[in-house]
Amino acid sequence: MSQTITDIIASIQAGQTSARAEVETALAKAREHESYHALLHLTEERALQRADEIDARLKAGEKVGELAGVPFVVKDNFLAFGAPTTAASKLLENFDAPVQATVVEKLEAAGAICIGKSNLDAFAHGGSTENSAYGVTHNAFDTTRVAGGSSGGSAVVTALDIVPFALGSDTGGSIRQPASFNGIFGYKPTYGMVSRYGVVAMASSTDCMGCFARTADDVARVMAIMAGQDDKDMTTLPNYFVPTAPSKINAKIGVIKETMGDGVDDDVRHATEQYIASLRAAGHTVDEVSMPTLPLALAMYYIIVPAEVSSNLARYDGIRYGRRASGVQTLAELYGRSRDEGFVTENKRRIMIGSYVLSSGFFDAYYQQAQKARTLLMGEFSGLFNEYDFLLSPTAPTVAFGIGENTSDPVKMYLSDVMTVPPSLAGLPAISVPAGENAAGLPIGVQLIGPMKSDAALIALSGSMEVHRG
Amino acid sequence: MSTISTDDVRHLAALSNLQLSDDEVTALQLDLGNILTYIEQLGSLDTSHVEPTYQVTGLENVWRDDTVRESTVTREDLLALAPEQADQSVKVPKVL
Repeated sequence: MSQTITDIIASIQAGQTSARAEVETALAKAREHESYHALLHLTEERALQRADEIDARLKAGEKVGELAGVPFVVKDNFLAFGAPTTAASKLLENFDAPVQATVVEKLEAAGAICIGKSNLDAFAHGGSTENSAYGVTHNAFDTTRVAGGSSGGSAVVTALDIVPFALGSDTGGSIRQPASFNGIFGYKPTYGMVSRYGVVAMASSTDCMGCFARTADDVARVMAIMAGQDDKDMTTLPNYFVPTAPSKINAKIGVIKETMGDGVDDDVRHATEQYIASLRAAGHTVDEVSMPTLPLALAMYYIIVPAEVSSNLARYDGIRYGRRASGVQTLAELYGRSRDEGFVTENKRRIMIGSYVLSSGFFDAYYQQAQKARTLLMGEFSGLFNEYDFLLSPTAPTVAFGIGENTSDPVKMYLSDVMTVPPSLAGLPAISVPAGENAAGLPIGVQLIGPMKSDAALIALSGSMEVHRG
Repeated sequence: MSTISTDDVRHLAALSNLQLSDDEVTALQLDLGNILTYIEQLGSLDTSHVEPTYQVTGLENVWRDDTVRESTVTREDLLALAPEQADQSVKVPKVL
C-alpha cells in the first residue's frame, strides 16, 4: 500500500515502526525495482547510520525534526554525501561532493533520510533521461517507454512507491513533464523561493528546485522545509511559503487556448477537458484565454538556456576536479579532450548553440531578441493574472513516448517541453497534477500555473481537486 | 532553413573548448542546423519597443559584507578532488 509522508511520520511517532525499518524497506524496494534503472547509487551506509541516530533520539524522548525518519531520493545533480554526485555524466563519475546542497542540508536537519541518487539526462539536458551516460530509466507504467526528464529517475522512484518524495530540478519542465509521464505530482516553485546552492547549475535564470510526491499535501510538507532565503544563493527571496488549506471556493481559472490545439494528442486534450469539467463541478470558474506569444516560448527557451548552459558548463575543464583526459600534451588539448570525453552529445549541442547565440554579430539577433520576447511573454502572463487566479494547460502534448522514438531528432525532443517552458521563462510556480490516463493506461498530467509567490494556494488548489476526484 | 558548414561547427567547438571527432562534426552539423532553423522563427516577433528581461524577480545587485567566513571544507578536501596533484598544488600540463 502506498504510504504518504503523513502516514510514515504517524507510524514512527506511535512506535509502530522505526526510522531504520522505513529506510530498510525503501532500500529493499529500490533493489526489487532495479530493472527500471531509476537510481544510480544507493547511499545505504549513511542512510542507515542516520536512521539509527534518529531512532536513538526518539527512544531517549529527544526532539526530532518534522520529517524524522522519512526516506527520500535526490536527483543526482544535487550535491549530497554518501555516494558520488555524477550529474549522470562521465565527467563527474567519481566526484565526491565536499559540501551538500542547501536543500539537502535542510531536509536532513528536518530528519528526512536520503537513501539514493536518481538518474537524469546528463547535466539535466533532456526530456527523457535517455541522455544519461549510465543508461536509460524506464517508465513506471510501461517499461518500453521513457520516464520523461530530465528528472526521470526521481519521478519513477516516487511513482513506484520506493520513497514518498524525491527531489528534482526544473529548468524548463524537468520536474513537471516526468511527473505527468508517471502519474504523480511534480512541483516547480516560484523562481527564488528555494535555494539553488549546491545543485549543478544549468541555466541560472530559470533553474528551480522542487519535488515529486504522490499527494499535494506531501508536496506542501516538503516545500515548507525547502523554501527560504539562503545567503549562498543571492537570488533567493525572503520566505513567504506557508502551506494553506484551499480557502477560495470559487477560483477563476484560465485555460490557455494555444496549448489545446494542434500538436496535442487527443488523449491528452480529452483528459484535460475532463479535468476542467471537474474544476467546474467543484465550483470554480474556467474560461478560455489566449497568449499570442506562447507558441514562440520554446524558441526563446532554446536560445536563453543554451546561452546560460555554455557559460555555466565552462567550469568543467578537467583541472580542479572531474574527468581529465589522459595522454594529453598541451593545456588546450587537456581542456578539449576532457570536455569531449566527459559530455554527452546533447551537452555539446547546447554548449555550441550557446556559443553561437552569444557570438559577436549574432548576439542581438538571438540572445537579445529572446530576452525581449521574454518580456512580452511575461507581460501576457501578468495581464491574465490581473483577471485570473490560475492558468491551466496540459503538462505535455503527449503521454510518455517510446524509448528511442525521439533520440535522433533533437528538435522533436524539445517539443515535449512546449507547455512547461513558458512559466519557467517567467519564473512562475507551476505543478503537474495527475489527471487520469489514456486507454492504454498511460498517465496524463495537467499543469496549473499561478502568479509569482502564489505557491501555497497553487498546491492547495491541486490538492482540493485530488479530494474532489476521489 | 539554416545551414551551417563543418568549418562553422569546428569554429563553435573551438569557442566551446570541445575537441570533436570527425564523426561528431558531421552529426552536429545536421543537429545544430535544425536547432538554429527552429529558433530563427523568433526573428519574426516585433520587439522594437521592448526592454529585455534578464532577471525575473526584479532583483538587482545583492551585496554582502566582504568578510572571511568559516568553511567546513578544507584545502586537503579540495585538493583531493583534483585529477593530479603535486606539492600541495593542482598539477597541469606545461602552459608556456
